[in-house]
Amino acid sequence: MKKNHLSKKEVEHIAWLAHIELSDQEKLLFTKQFNEILDYFKKIDEVDTEGIEPTYHVLNLENVSRKDKTKPSLPTKEALRNAPKKEKKFIKAPRIV
Amino acid sequence: MPKLQQLTARETIQKIQGNEATAEECVHAVFETIHKLEDKINAYVTLIEGEALKKAKQIDRKISEGKPVGKLAGVAIAVKDAICTQRIPTTCSSRMLKNFVPPYDATVIERIKKEDGVIIGKTNMDEFAMGSSTETSHFGPTRNPWDLSRVPGGSSGGSAACIATDEAMLSLGTDTGGSIRCPASYCSVVGLKPTYGLVSRYGLIAYANSLEQIGPMAKDVYDCALFLTIIAGYDPKDGTSVNVAPKDYTQFLKDSAEGLKIGVPREFFGEGTSDAVEKQVWKGINKLEELGATYEETSLPSLEYSLAAYYIVAMSEASSNLARYDGLRYGYRVDKDDGDWATIYSQNRRIGFGTEVKRRIILGTYALSAGYYSKYYLKALRVRTLIRRNFEEAFKKFDVLIGPTMPFPPFKMGEKIEDPLALYMSDVDTVAANLAGLPAISIPCGFTKGLPVGMQIMASPLKEELILQAAYTFEQNTSYGRRKPAVK
Repeated sequence: MKKNHLSKKEVEHIAWLAHIELSDQEKLLFTKQFNEILDYFKKIDEVDTEGIEPTYHVLNLENVSRKDKTKPSLPTKEALRNAPKKEKKFIKAPRIV
Repeated sequence: MPKLQQLTARETIQKIQGNEATAEECVHAVFETIHKLEDKINAYVTLIEGEALKKAKQIDRKISEGKPVGKLAGVAIAVKDAICTQRIPTTCSSRMLKNFVPPYDATVIERIKKEDGVIIGKTNMDEFAMGSSTETSHFGPTRNPWDLSRVPGGSSGGSAACIATDEAMLSLGTDTGGSIRCPASYCSVVGLKPTYGLVSRYGLIAYANSLEQIGPMAKDVYDCALFLTIIAGYDPKDGTSVNVAPKDYTQFLKDSAEGLKIGVPREFFGEGTSDAVEKQVWKGINKLEELGATYEETSLPSLEYSLAAYYIVAMSEASSNLARYDGLRYGYRVDKDDGDWATIYSQNRRIGFGTEVKRRIILGTYALSAGYYSKYYLKALRVRTLIRRNFEEAFKKFDVLIGPTMPFPPFKMGEKIEDPLALYMSDVDTVAANLAGLPAISIPCGFTKGLPVGMQIMASPLKEELILQAAYTFEQNTSYGRRKPAVK
Protein backbone atom coordinates (compact mmCIF):
# COMPACT_ATOMS: atom_id res chain seq x y z
CA MET A 1 0.00 0.00 0.00
CA LYS A 2 1.14 3.51 -0.77
CA LYS A 3 2.15 5.71 2.13
CA ASN A 4 -0.13 8.68 2.62
CA HIS A 5 1.54 12.07 2.59
CA LEU A 6 -1.23 13.82 4.48
CA SER A 7 -3.89 12.80 6.97
CA LYS A 8 -7.29 14.46 7.28
CA LYS A 9 -6.09 16.08 10.50
CA GLU A 10 -3.10 17.60 8.72
CA VAL A 11 -5.33 18.92 5.93
CA GLU A 12 -7.46 20.60 8.61
CA HIS A 13 -4.35 22.21 10.06
CA ILE A 14 -3.08 23.52 6.69
CA ALA A 15 -6.52 24.84 5.79
CA TRP A 16 -6.48 26.70 9.10
CA LEU A 17 -3.07 28.16 8.22
CA ALA A 18 -4.52 29.27 4.87
CA HIS A 19 -7.60 30.70 6.61
CA ILE A 20 -10.13 28.70 4.63
CA GLU A 21 -12.96 27.04 6.50
CA LEU A 22 -13.71 23.61 5.03
CA SER A 23 -16.78 21.42 5.29
CA ASP A 24 -16.29 17.86 6.46
CA GLN A 25 -16.99 16.63 2.96
CA GLU A 26 -14.30 18.94 1.52
CA LYS A 27 -11.79 17.74 4.11
CA LEU A 28 -12.31 14.13 3.04
CA LEU A 29 -12.23 14.94 -0.67
CA PHE A 30 -9.13 17.14 -0.39
CA THR A 31 -7.24 14.60 1.71
CA LYS A 32 -7.73 11.98 -1.01
CA GLN A 33 -6.91 14.38 -3.86
CA PHE A 34 -3.89 15.96 -2.12
CA ASN A 35 -2.35 12.55 -1.62
CA GLU A 36 -2.77 11.74 -5.31
CA ILE A 37 -1.30 15.08 -6.36
CA LEU A 38 1.61 14.91 -3.89
CA ASP A 39 2.34 11.42 -5.14
CA TYR A 40 2.72 12.89 -8.61
CA PHE A 41 4.90 15.74 -7.27
CA LYS A 42 7.33 13.09 -5.95
CA LYS A 43 8.53 12.87 -9.54
CA ILE A 44 10.91 15.80 -9.04
CA ASP A 45 12.71 13.92 -6.24
CA GLU A 46 14.42 11.96 -9.01
CA VAL A 47 16.18 15.05 -10.33
CA ASP A 48 19.69 15.73 -9.07
CA THR A 49 19.69 19.45 -8.21
CA GLU A 50 22.87 19.46 -6.14
CA GLY A 51 24.58 22.83 -6.58
CA ILE A 52 21.85 24.19 -8.93
CA GLU A 53 20.68 27.73 -8.20
CA PRO A 54 16.92 28.29 -7.95
CA THR A 55 15.25 30.50 -10.60
CA TYR A 56 13.34 33.45 -9.17
CA HIS A 57 13.14 35.63 -12.28
CA VAL A 58 13.64 34.10 -15.70
CA LEU A 59 15.51 37.08 -17.13
CA ASN A 60 17.51 37.48 -13.91
CA LEU A 61 16.26 40.93 -12.99
CA GLU A 62 17.30 41.67 -9.42
CA ASN A 63 16.59 44.37 -6.88
CA VAL A 64 14.53 46.61 -9.13
CA SER A 65 13.94 49.89 -7.33
CA ARG A 66 12.73 53.35 -8.16
CA LYS A 67 13.12 56.81 -6.65
CA ASP A 68 10.97 57.28 -3.56
CA LYS A 69 8.84 60.12 -4.89
CA THR A 70 5.23 60.87 -4.01
CA LYS A 71 2.76 60.84 -6.86
CA PRO A 72 -0.96 61.47 -6.94
CA SER A 73 -2.82 58.51 -5.47
CA LEU A 74 -6.46 57.43 -5.20
CA PRO A 75 -8.79 59.74 -3.30
CA THR A 76 -10.14 58.17 -0.06
CA LYS A 77 -13.61 57.78 -1.51
CA GLU A 78 -12.29 55.79 -4.46
CA ALA A 79 -10.01 53.68 -2.28
CA LEU A 80 -12.95 52.78 -0.01
CA ARG A 81 -15.48 52.19 -2.77
CA ASN A 82 -15.05 48.41 -2.86
CA ALA A 83 -14.97 47.82 0.89
CA PRO A 84 -18.05 45.83 1.98
CA LYS A 85 -18.18 47.48 5.44
CA LYS A 86 -16.94 50.97 6.18
CA GLU A 87 -17.49 53.87 8.52
CA LYS A 88 -16.51 57.49 7.84
CA LYS A 89 -13.02 57.33 6.34
CA PHE A 90 -12.28 53.82 7.58
CA ILE A 91 -12.69 50.19 6.60
CA LYS A 92 -14.55 48.30 9.29
CA ALA A 93 -12.60 45.22 10.37
CA PRO A 94 -13.67 42.39 12.65
CA ARG A 95 -12.33 42.19 16.19
CA ILE A 96 -8.62 41.38 16.17
CA VAL A 97 -7.83 40.86 19.88
CA MET B 1 -18.77 39.87 -49.30
CA PRO B 2 -18.00 39.07 -45.67
CA LYS B 3 -20.04 40.78 -42.99
CA LEU B 4 -18.27 43.41 -40.90
CA GLN B 5 -17.99 41.14 -37.86
CA GLN B 6 -16.23 38.51 -39.98
CA LEU B 7 -13.35 40.83 -40.84
CA THR B 8 -9.98 40.69 -39.15
CA ALA B 9 -8.79 43.65 -37.05
CA ARG B 10 -6.48 44.70 -39.88
CA GLU B 11 -9.32 44.65 -42.44
CA THR B 12 -11.58 46.56 -40.04
CA ILE B 13 -8.98 49.30 -39.60
CA GLN B 14 -8.57 49.56 -43.38
CA LYS B 15 -12.34 49.76 -43.91
CA ILE B 16 -12.79 52.48 -41.29
CA GLN B 17 -9.83 54.55 -42.42
CA GLY B 18 -10.85 54.15 -46.06
CA ASN B 19 -14.34 55.44 -45.19
CA GLU B 20 -15.98 52.20 -46.33
CA ALA B 21 -17.50 51.61 -42.91
CA THR B 22 -17.80 53.55 -39.68
CA ALA B 23 -16.39 52.41 -36.36
CA GLU B 24 -19.95 52.41 -35.04
CA GLU B 25 -21.10 50.01 -37.77
CA CYS B 26 -18.16 47.70 -37.09
CA VAL B 27 -18.73 47.61 -33.32
CA HIS B 28 -22.48 47.28 -33.80
CA ALA B 29 -21.98 44.28 -36.11
CA VAL B 30 -19.93 42.51 -33.44
CA PHE B 31 -22.69 43.09 -30.88
CA GLU B 32 -25.21 41.61 -33.32
CA THR B 33 -23.23 38.37 -33.27
CA ILE B 34 -22.91 38.53 -29.49
CA HIS B 35 -26.68 38.85 -29.07
CA LYS B 36 -27.21 35.94 -31.45
CA LEU B 37 -24.68 33.54 -29.88
CA GLU B 38 -24.09 34.38 -26.23
CA ASP B 39 -26.88 32.15 -24.97
CA LYS B 40 -25.01 29.21 -26.42
CA ILE B 41 -21.35 30.23 -25.93
CA ASN B 42 -21.25 32.27 -22.68
CA ALA B 43 -17.93 33.89 -23.63
CA TYR B 44 -18.62 37.06 -21.62
CA VAL B 45 -19.11 37.91 -17.96
CA THR B 46 -19.80 41.60 -18.62
CA LEU B 47 -20.77 43.46 -21.80
CA ILE B 48 -20.62 47.25 -22.16
CA GLU B 49 -22.51 47.88 -25.38
CA GLY B 50 -23.61 51.45 -24.66
CA GLU B 51 -20.16 52.60 -23.67
CA ALA B 52 -18.53 50.81 -26.61
CA LEU B 53 -20.89 52.38 -29.17
CA LYS B 54 -20.32 55.80 -27.62
CA LYS B 55 -16.57 55.34 -27.96
CA ALA B 56 -17.01 54.20 -31.59
CA LYS B 57 -19.03 57.33 -32.39
CA GLN B 58 -16.27 59.50 -30.89
CA ILE B 59 -13.77 57.80 -33.20
CA ASP B 60 -16.04 58.38 -36.21
CA ARG B 61 -16.30 62.04 -35.27
CA LYS B 62 -12.51 62.36 -35.05
CA ILE B 63 -12.15 60.77 -38.48
CA SER B 64 -14.80 62.99 -40.07
CA GLU B 65 -13.08 66.05 -38.61
CA GLY B 66 -9.79 64.89 -40.14
CA LYS B 67 -8.16 64.40 -36.73
CA PRO B 68 -5.59 61.60 -36.27
CA VAL B 69 -6.79 58.33 -34.72
CA GLY B 70 -4.93 55.50 -33.00
CA LYS B 71 -3.66 52.27 -34.53
CA LEU B 72 -6.62 50.22 -33.23
CA ALA B 73 -9.32 52.78 -34.06
CA GLY B 74 -12.72 51.09 -34.13
CA VAL B 75 -11.52 47.57 -33.36
CA ALA B 76 -13.84 45.68 -30.95
CA ILE B 77 -11.69 44.22 -28.18
CA ALA B 78 -12.63 41.74 -25.43
CA VAL B 79 -10.63 41.62 -22.21
CA LYS B 80 -10.18 38.64 -19.90
CA ASP B 81 -11.88 39.33 -16.60
CA ALA B 82 -8.58 38.99 -14.70
CA ILE B 83 -7.41 42.37 -16.02
CA CYS B 84 -8.51 45.53 -14.21
CA THR B 85 -10.69 47.96 -16.14
CA GLN B 86 -11.62 51.27 -14.55
CA ARG B 87 -15.32 51.45 -13.61
CA ILE B 88 -16.03 48.12 -15.35
CA PRO B 89 -16.57 45.13 -13.02
CA THR B 90 -13.57 42.78 -12.90
CA THR B 91 -14.52 39.50 -11.27
CA CYS B 92 -11.86 36.90 -12.17
CA SER B 93 -15.02 34.77 -12.63
CA SER B 94 -15.09 34.40 -8.84
CA ARG B 95 -17.81 34.94 -6.30
CA MET B 96 -15.08 36.61 -4.23
CA LEU B 97 -14.83 39.52 -6.70
CA LYS B 98 -18.40 39.49 -8.02
CA ASN B 99 -18.93 43.12 -6.95
CA PHE B 100 -15.41 44.42 -7.50
CA VAL B 101 -15.15 47.54 -9.66
CA PRO B 102 -11.51 48.60 -10.14
CA PRO B 103 -10.72 52.28 -9.57
CA TYR B 104 -7.94 52.16 -12.18
CA ASP B 105 -6.96 50.64 -15.53
CA ALA B 106 -4.26 48.02 -16.03
CA THR B 107 -1.35 49.33 -18.13
CA VAL B 108 -2.42 47.17 -21.11
CA ILE B 109 -5.87 48.79 -20.99
CA GLU B 110 -4.31 52.28 -21.00
CA ARG B 111 -2.28 51.24 -24.04
CA ILE B 112 -5.38 49.97 -25.88
CA LYS B 113 -7.34 53.14 -25.10
CA LYS B 114 -4.47 55.32 -26.26
CA GLU B 115 -4.71 53.62 -29.67
CA ASP B 116 -8.51 54.03 -29.80
CA GLY B 117 -9.30 50.32 -29.40
CA VAL B 118 -12.94 49.82 -28.36
CA ILE B 119 -13.34 47.61 -25.29
CA ILE B 120 -16.64 45.76 -25.57
CA GLY B 121 -16.67 43.47 -22.55
CA LYS B 122 -14.95 41.19 -20.08
CA THR B 123 -14.55 37.52 -20.90
CA ASN B 124 -15.27 34.40 -18.89
CA MET B 125 -12.45 32.32 -17.45
CA ASP B 126 -11.61 29.64 -14.94
CA GLU B 127 -11.92 31.16 -11.48
CA PHE B 128 -8.74 33.16 -10.78
CA ALA B 129 -7.29 31.60 -13.98
CA MET B 130 -6.96 28.23 -12.26
CA GLY B 131 -8.03 25.63 -14.80
CA SER B 132 -7.74 24.40 -18.36
CA SER B 133 -11.41 24.18 -19.31
CA THR B 134 -13.27 27.36 -18.19
CA GLU B 135 -15.54 25.08 -16.18
CA THR B 136 -14.62 26.53 -12.77
CA SER B 137 -16.13 29.97 -13.50
CA HIS B 138 -18.65 31.15 -10.91
CA PHE B 139 -20.73 32.38 -13.84
CA GLY B 140 -21.05 29.02 -15.60
CA PRO B 141 -18.81 27.43 -18.21
CA THR B 142 -18.00 28.77 -21.66
CA ARG B 143 -18.74 26.30 -24.44
CA ASN B 144 -16.55 25.26 -27.35
CA PRO B 145 -17.98 26.84 -30.55
CA TRP B 146 -16.93 23.77 -32.58
CA ASP B 147 -18.92 21.41 -30.36
CA LEU B 148 -21.08 22.88 -27.62
CA SER B 149 -20.79 19.71 -25.53
CA ARG B 150 -17.03 20.22 -25.22
CA VAL B 151 -14.78 22.63 -23.29
CA PRO B 152 -13.20 25.64 -25.02
CA GLY B 153 -9.95 25.13 -23.08
CA GLY B 154 -8.84 27.48 -20.38
CA SER B 155 -8.32 29.44 -18.46
CA SER B 156 -8.87 32.17 -21.11
CA GLY B 157 -11.79 30.21 -22.61
CA GLY B 158 -14.03 33.23 -23.13
CA SER B 159 -11.26 35.19 -24.84
CA ALA B 160 -10.69 32.34 -27.32
CA ALA B 161 -14.34 31.46 -27.98
CA CYS B 162 -15.28 35.08 -28.73
CA ILE B 163 -12.60 35.27 -31.44
CA ALA B 164 -13.66 31.98 -33.06
CA THR B 165 -17.32 33.11 -33.23
CA ASP B 166 -16.69 36.72 -34.39
CA GLU B 167 -17.96 37.99 -31.02
CA ALA B 168 -14.81 40.17 -30.89
CA MET B 169 -12.02 41.22 -33.26
CA LEU B 170 -9.18 40.89 -30.76
CA SER B 171 -8.97 39.74 -27.18
CA LEU B 172 -6.59 39.76 -24.27
CA GLY B 173 -5.85 36.55 -22.41
CA THR B 174 -3.44 35.66 -19.65
CA ASP B 175 -1.14 32.65 -19.62
CA THR B 176 0.30 31.16 -16.42
CA GLY B 177 0.74 27.57 -17.61
CA GLY B 178 -0.94 27.60 -21.02
CA SER B 179 -4.07 29.64 -20.38
CA ILE B 180 -3.81 31.53 -23.71
CA ARG B 181 -2.42 28.71 -25.86
CA CYS B 182 -4.73 25.94 -24.64
CA PRO B 183 -8.01 27.71 -25.50
CA ALA B 184 -6.45 29.11 -28.71
CA SER B 185 -5.75 25.52 -29.72
CA TYR B 186 -9.20 24.24 -28.68
CA CYS B 187 -11.09 27.06 -30.43
CA SER B 188 -8.80 27.25 -33.52
CA VAL B 189 -7.58 30.81 -33.09
CA VAL B 190 -4.12 32.40 -32.72
CA GLY B 191 -2.86 32.98 -29.17
CA LEU B 192 0.57 34.18 -28.05
CA LYS B 193 2.19 34.04 -24.64
CA PRO B 194 4.91 36.70 -24.75
CA THR B 195 8.32 36.49 -23.05
CA TYR B 196 8.01 36.99 -19.30
CA GLY B 197 8.39 40.71 -18.65
CA LEU B 198 7.61 41.93 -22.17
CA VAL B 199 4.03 42.97 -21.36
CA SER B 200 3.27 44.84 -18.13
CA ARG B 201 1.35 42.91 -15.48
CA TYR B 202 0.31 46.08 -13.66
CA GLY B 203 -3.42 45.70 -13.08
CA LEU B 204 -3.47 41.96 -13.73
CA ILE B 205 -5.02 40.14 -10.78
CA ALA B 206 -2.15 37.92 -9.67
CA TYR B 207 -2.33 34.13 -9.57
CA ALA B 208 1.30 32.97 -9.97
CA ASN B 209 3.28 36.09 -10.65
CA SER B 210 6.64 34.56 -11.65
CA LEU B 211 4.92 32.61 -14.45
CA GLU B 212 2.09 34.68 -15.88
CA GLN B 213 1.93 37.06 -18.82
CA ILE B 214 -0.85 38.93 -20.57
CA GLY B 215 -0.96 38.19 -24.30
CA PRO B 216 -2.90 38.75 -27.53
CA MET B 217 -5.52 36.43 -29.03
CA ALA B 218 -6.61 37.00 -32.62
CA LYS B 219 -8.18 35.66 -35.81
CA ASP B 220 -4.85 35.55 -37.61
CA VAL B 221 -1.12 35.99 -37.11
CA TYR B 222 -1.01 39.54 -38.48
CA ASP B 223 -3.63 40.72 -35.98
CA CYS B 224 -1.73 38.95 -33.21
CA ALA B 225 1.52 40.74 -34.16
CA LEU B 226 -0.28 44.08 -34.39
CA PHE B 227 -1.92 43.68 -30.99
CA LEU B 228 1.37 42.58 -29.39
CA THR B 229 3.06 45.69 -30.78
CA ILE B 230 0.49 47.83 -28.97
CA ILE B 231 0.52 46.09 -25.58
CA ALA B 232 4.26 45.29 -25.23
CA GLY B 233 6.65 47.71 -23.60
CA TYR B 234 8.46 48.69 -20.44
CA ASP B 235 6.35 49.81 -17.50
CA PRO B 236 7.95 51.28 -14.38
CA LYS B 237 4.83 50.23 -12.44
CA ASP B 238 5.77 46.55 -12.92
CA GLY B 239 9.04 45.63 -11.21
CA THR B 240 9.41 42.54 -13.43
CA SER B 241 8.94 44.46 -16.68
CA VAL B 242 11.98 44.37 -18.99
CA ASN B 243 13.33 47.57 -20.45
CA VAL B 244 14.02 46.69 -24.09
CA ALA B 245 13.60 48.70 -27.30
CA PRO B 246 10.05 48.43 -28.68
CA LYS B 247 9.52 46.51 -31.91
CA ASP B 248 6.85 46.67 -34.59
CA TYR B 249 6.14 42.95 -34.81
CA THR B 250 4.15 43.30 -38.05
CA GLN B 251 7.41 44.18 -39.83
CA PHE B 252 8.69 40.64 -39.35
CA LEU B 253 5.81 38.90 -41.11
CA LYS B 254 7.41 37.55 -44.27
CA ASP B 255 6.04 34.57 -46.13
CA SER B 256 9.24 32.54 -45.98
CA ALA B 257 10.60 29.67 -43.93
CA GLU B 258 13.87 29.63 -45.87
CA GLY B 259 16.73 28.76 -43.51
CA LEU B 260 14.50 28.33 -40.44
CA LYS B 261 15.95 25.68 -38.14
CA ILE B 262 13.25 23.72 -36.29
CA GLY B 263 13.83 21.46 -33.32
CA VAL B 264 11.17 18.86 -32.48
CA PRO B 265 11.57 17.73 -28.85
CA ARG B 266 10.33 14.17 -28.48
CA GLU B 267 9.12 14.97 -24.95
CA PHE B 268 6.29 16.97 -26.56
CA PHE B 269 4.93 13.75 -28.05
CA GLY B 270 4.98 11.82 -24.80
CA GLU B 271 2.60 9.29 -23.28
CA GLY B 272 -0.98 10.50 -23.49
CA THR B 273 -0.55 12.32 -26.81
CA SER B 274 -3.35 11.35 -29.16
CA ASP B 275 -2.38 9.81 -32.49
CA ALA B 276 -4.56 12.28 -34.38
CA VAL B 277 -2.84 15.28 -32.75
CA GLU B 278 0.61 13.81 -33.34
CA LYS B 279 -0.17 13.16 -37.01
CA GLN B 280 -1.58 16.63 -37.60
CA VAL B 281 1.33 18.43 -35.93
CA TRP B 282 3.85 16.40 -37.94
CA LYS B 283 1.96 17.37 -41.08
CA GLY B 284 2.47 20.96 -39.97
CA ILE B 285 6.20 20.49 -39.44
CA ASN B 286 6.49 18.82 -42.85
CA LYS B 287 4.63 21.74 -44.40
CA LEU B 288 7.20 24.16 -42.99
CA GLU B 289 9.96 21.92 -44.34
CA GLU B 290 8.34 22.09 -47.77
CA LEU B 291 8.43 25.88 -47.43
CA GLY B 292 12.19 25.96 -46.86
CA ALA B 293 12.74 25.09 -43.18
CA THR B 294 14.86 22.23 -41.90
CA TYR B 295 13.96 20.15 -38.87
CA GLU B 296 15.62 17.72 -36.54
CA GLU B 297 14.24 15.61 -33.72
CA THR B 298 15.81 16.42 -30.39
CA SER B 299 15.42 15.81 -26.68
CA LEU B 300 15.09 18.11 -23.66
CA PRO B 301 15.16 15.53 -20.86
CA SER B 302 14.17 17.92 -18.04
CA LEU B 303 10.79 18.59 -19.73
CA GLU B 304 9.62 15.38 -18.11
CA TYR B 305 9.62 17.23 -14.78
CA SER B 306 8.06 20.47 -15.97
CA LEU B 307 4.47 19.64 -15.04
CA ALA B 308 5.26 18.74 -11.41
CA ALA B 309 7.62 21.72 -11.01
CA TYR B 310 5.04 24.03 -12.56
CA TYR B 311 2.20 23.01 -10.27
CA ILE B 312 4.37 23.31 -7.16
CA VAL B 313 5.52 26.82 -8.11
CA ALA B 314 2.05 27.94 -9.26
CA MET B 315 0.24 26.68 -6.16
CA SER B 316 2.86 28.11 -3.82
CA GLU B 317 2.63 31.54 -5.42
CA ALA B 318 -1.17 31.31 -5.49
CA SER B 319 -1.31 30.68 -1.75
CA SER B 320 0.66 33.86 -1.17
CA ASN B 321 -1.04 36.03 -3.81
CA LEU B 322 -4.56 35.07 -2.80
CA ALA B 323 -3.91 35.74 0.90
CA ARG B 324 -5.01 39.31 0.13
CA TYR B 325 -8.65 38.24 -0.16
CA ASP B 326 -9.71 38.92 3.39
CA GLY B 327 -13.07 40.45 2.47
CA LEU B 328 -12.22 43.76 4.12
CA ARG B 329 -10.89 46.18 1.50
CA TYR B 330 -12.77 44.42 -1.31
CA GLY B 331 -14.25 41.04 -2.05
CA TYR B 332 -16.87 38.82 -0.47
CA ARG B 333 -17.62 39.41 3.22
CA VAL B 334 -20.08 37.48 5.35
CA ASP B 335 -22.76 39.67 6.83
CA LYS B 336 -22.00 39.43 10.50
CA ASP B 337 -20.12 41.53 13.02
CA ASP B 338 -19.63 39.09 15.88
CA GLY B 339 -16.76 36.65 15.74
CA ASP B 340 -13.06 37.26 15.69
CA TRP B 341 -10.93 38.19 12.72
CA ALA B 342 -9.65 34.68 11.91
CA THR B 343 -13.16 33.17 11.89
CA ILE B 344 -14.66 35.85 9.67
CA TYR B 345 -11.64 35.76 7.35
CA SER B 346 -11.94 31.96 7.01
CA GLN B 347 -15.68 32.16 6.34
CA ASN B 348 -15.27 34.89 3.70
CA ARG B 349 -12.84 32.61 1.93
CA ARG B 350 -14.98 29.49 2.32
CA ILE B 351 -17.89 31.16 0.57
CA GLY B 352 -15.94 33.46 -1.77
CA PHE B 353 -13.67 30.84 -3.34
CA GLY B 354 -14.62 27.82 -5.46
CA THR B 355 -13.24 24.31 -4.97
CA GLU B 356 -10.25 24.46 -7.32
CA VAL B 357 -9.06 27.77 -5.87
CA LYS B 358 -9.26 26.35 -2.34
CA ARG B 359 -7.41 23.25 -3.46
CA ARG B 360 -4.52 25.27 -4.89
CA ILE B 361 -4.26 27.71 -1.99
CA ILE B 362 -4.20 24.93 0.60
CA LEU B 363 -1.71 22.73 -1.27
CA GLY B 364 0.44 25.80 -1.93
CA THR B 365 0.35 26.68 1.75
CA TYR B 366 1.56 23.15 2.48
CA ALA B 367 4.39 23.40 -0.08
CA LEU B 368 5.62 26.62 1.54
CA SER B 369 5.18 25.54 5.15
CA ALA B 370 8.00 24.92 7.59
CA GLY B 371 9.77 21.65 6.86
CA TYR B 372 8.38 21.32 3.32
CA TYR B 373 9.65 24.52 1.69
CA SER B 374 12.93 23.01 0.46
CA LYS B 375 11.35 19.66 -0.43
CA TYR B 376 8.76 21.24 -2.73
CA TYR B 377 9.09 24.93 -3.56
CA LEU B 378 12.88 25.34 -3.53
CA LYS B 379 13.35 22.02 -5.27
CA ALA B 380 10.89 23.06 -8.00
CA LEU B 381 12.78 26.33 -8.50
CA ARG B 382 16.02 24.39 -8.95
CA VAL B 383 14.34 22.10 -11.49
CA ARG B 384 13.17 25.27 -13.17
CA THR B 385 16.81 26.30 -13.65
CA LEU B 386 17.56 22.95 -15.28
CA ILE B 387 14.61 23.36 -17.64
CA ARG B 388 15.84 26.84 -18.61
CA ARG B 389 19.33 25.44 -19.29
CA ASN B 390 17.88 22.68 -21.49
CA PHE B 391 16.10 25.32 -23.55
CA GLU B 392 19.22 27.51 -23.75
CA GLU B 393 21.17 24.56 -25.13
CA ALA B 394 18.42 23.76 -27.64
CA PHE B 395 18.25 27.34 -28.89
CA LYS B 396 21.97 27.33 -29.66
CA LYS B 397 21.09 24.87 -32.38
CA PHE B 398 17.51 25.75 -33.37
CA ASP B 399 15.58 28.95 -34.10
CA VAL B 400 12.28 27.52 -32.91
CA LEU B 401 10.93 24.43 -31.18
CA ILE B 402 7.66 22.93 -32.38
CA GLY B 403 5.19 20.46 -30.93
CA PRO B 404 1.49 20.12 -30.13
CA THR B 405 -0.13 22.77 -27.93
CA MET B 406 -2.46 20.24 -26.32
CA PRO B 407 -1.85 16.50 -26.14
CA PHE B 408 -5.43 15.65 -27.12
CA PRO B 409 -8.41 17.38 -28.79
CA PRO B 410 -11.06 19.30 -26.77
CA PHE B 411 -12.67 16.99 -24.22
CA LYS B 412 -16.29 16.75 -23.07
CA MET B 413 -17.55 19.10 -20.40
CA GLY B 414 -17.56 17.35 -17.05
CA GLU B 415 -15.16 14.66 -18.26
CA LYS B 416 -12.16 15.70 -16.15
CA ILE B 417 -13.42 18.24 -13.66
CA GLU B 418 -13.88 15.71 -10.83
CA ASP B 419 -10.30 14.48 -11.19
CA PRO B 420 -7.91 17.42 -10.67
CA LEU B 421 -4.74 15.50 -11.50
CA ALA B 422 -6.18 14.28 -14.83
CA LEU B 423 -7.03 17.88 -15.71
CA TYR B 424 -3.55 19.11 -14.71
CA MET B 425 -2.05 16.55 -17.12
CA SER B 426 -3.59 18.38 -20.08
CA ASP B 427 -1.06 21.22 -19.48
CA VAL B 428 1.93 18.93 -20.04
CA ASP B 429 3.10 20.64 -23.25
CA THR B 430 2.42 24.25 -22.32
CA VAL B 431 3.88 24.79 -18.81
CA ALA B 432 7.55 24.59 -19.82
CA ALA B 433 7.36 27.93 -21.68
CA ASN B 434 6.13 29.60 -18.47
CA LEU B 435 8.82 28.03 -16.30
CA ALA B 436 11.49 29.19 -18.74
CA GLY B 437 9.81 32.54 -19.52
CA LEU B 438 9.86 31.85 -23.27
CA PRO B 439 7.52 33.24 -25.91
CA ALA B 440 5.19 30.60 -27.36
CA ILE B 441 2.31 30.72 -29.82
CA SER B 442 -0.52 28.34 -30.67
CA ILE B 443 -1.83 28.42 -34.24
CA PRO B 444 -4.50 26.35 -35.98
CA CYS B 445 -2.91 23.34 -37.70
CA GLY B 446 -5.85 21.16 -38.65
CA PHE B 447 -8.82 19.19 -37.41
CA THR B 448 -9.60 15.71 -36.21
CA LYS B 449 -13.24 14.60 -36.42
CA GLY B 450 -14.26 18.25 -36.70
CA LEU B 451 -12.28 19.32 -33.62
CA PRO B 452 -9.37 21.77 -33.84
CA VAL B 453 -5.70 20.88 -33.36
CA GLY B 454 -3.15 23.55 -32.43
CA MET B 455 0.56 23.69 -33.16
CA GLN B 456 2.88 25.30 -30.62
CA ILE B 457 5.97 27.24 -31.71
CA MET B 458 8.50 28.50 -29.13
CA ALA B 459 11.65 30.59 -29.32
CA SER B 460 14.30 32.13 -27.03
CA PRO B 461 13.28 34.98 -24.73
CA LEU B 462 12.41 38.19 -26.62
CA LYS B 463 12.47 36.44 -30.02
CA GLU B 464 8.74 36.80 -30.65
CA GLU B 465 9.52 37.78 -34.25
CA LEU B 466 10.87 34.29 -35.02
CA ILE B 467 7.72 32.49 -33.93
CA LEU B 468 5.49 35.09 -35.56
CA GLN B 469 7.25 34.73 -38.89
CA ALA B 470 7.10 30.92 -38.77
CA ALA B 471 3.43 31.08 -37.79
CA TYR B 472 2.66 33.62 -40.52
CA THR B 473 4.37 31.53 -43.19
CA PHE B 474 2.44 28.43 -42.09
CA GLU B 475 -0.84 30.35 -42.08
CA GLN B 476 -0.25 31.86 -45.54
CA ASN B 477 0.25 28.40 -47.01
CA THR B 478 -2.57 26.52 -45.30
CA SER B 479 -6.29 27.15 -44.90
CA TYR B 480 -7.00 25.79 -41.38
CA GLY B 481 -7.12 29.23 -39.76
CA ARG B 482 -9.84 30.42 -42.14
CA ARG B 483 -12.29 27.67 -41.22
CA LYS B 484 -15.08 28.91 -38.96
CA PRO B 485 -17.31 26.97 -36.58
CA ALA B 486 -21.01 26.64 -37.42
CA VAL B 487 -22.42 27.14 -33.93
CA LYS B 488 -25.44 24.90 -33.37
